[in-house]
Amino acid sequence: MIYALCLMLIAVGLYGVVVKKNVVKIVISLAIMEYGINLLLILVGYRAGGHAPIMEPGASPAEFAAGAVDPLPQALVLTSIVIGLGVLAMMVAICIRLYERYGTFDITEMRRLRG
Amino acid sequence: MTILAALLFLMLVGAIIAVETTNLLSAVISVGAVGFLLSIAFLFLGAPDIAITQLVVEILCLVILIRATISRDLTAVSGEREFFGMVVGVALVVLVALAGIAAFEQFPPFGEPVMARFPDDAPSATYLAEGLDRTGAANIVTAVILDFRAYDTLGEATVLFCAILGALALMRRRARRQRDGDETEEGDAA
Repeated sequence: MIYALCLMLIAVGLYGVVVKKNVVKIVISLAIMEYGINLLLILVGYRAGGHAPIMEPGASPAEFAAGAVDPLPQALVLTSIVIGLGVLAMMVAICIRLYERYGTFDITEMRRLRG
Repeated sequence: MTILAALLFLMLVGAIIAVETTNLLSAVISVGAVGFLLSIAFLFLGAPDIAITQLVVEILCLVILIRATISRDLTAVSGEREFFGMVVGVALVVLVALAGIAAFEQFPPFGEPVMARFPDDAPSATYLAEGLDRTGAANIVTAVILDFRAYDTLGEATVLFCAILGALALMRRRARRQRDGDETEEGDAA
């Protein structure tokens, strides 16, 4: 059920990427897709009733390991979120350049990009 | 679990609004709402580090996206691509959704991570059990980022650096051209 909702979020992003013709809309859809995928990875590592993988003073390692959520997806998703920001900045820079060159955000009117 | 489903449902609504609205500024604000809801969802999933990161990144995202959309005279673009392209697009989305449903058959049930199923082989179980002794970090996520998988983080820093460098180079070209007085190819700067 949760996985299905998450997949729908990814599908909404994909729909925006392939159907919309405004460049900024495509960037926004890519951001939504990225949110969905990050959330999916965290969901896979979730343990029902688990606590955050941060040790408290006096906790025994065995008990801690038995009750914590998976730290590995969290570490990698942290990386992915930050990279997502850098890539978004670059995409927006390209959008601004395209707007200055063609005077529009509409990809069907950018003749030289037509394939 | 119920809270999580409600949050995800709200995120879905926000995403659909962001994709379907004709005003670009509304779309950017909707995607911001989705990002903040995602941050709250991370808090419920036992990932406070990611929630904080997501919050900061979301604010920066909003600033960058608003920079792209604001003060453009044409912010409302309506209409879809040609009919054939739309049909192909929707078919692609349905195909990916079907593939995803097939993939979820292989997933562990929600609330039961893979490391609980194979406790002896999973690296995560090792990190949790030995992280404090081997790295001295109480927060296992930072132990993984900065100790167990530090080369990964180095690669991340490289990718981030390249992306920012690319963005800066793209934005700089305009400034240099104006300084040289060669504005024949350019319109007026934003």
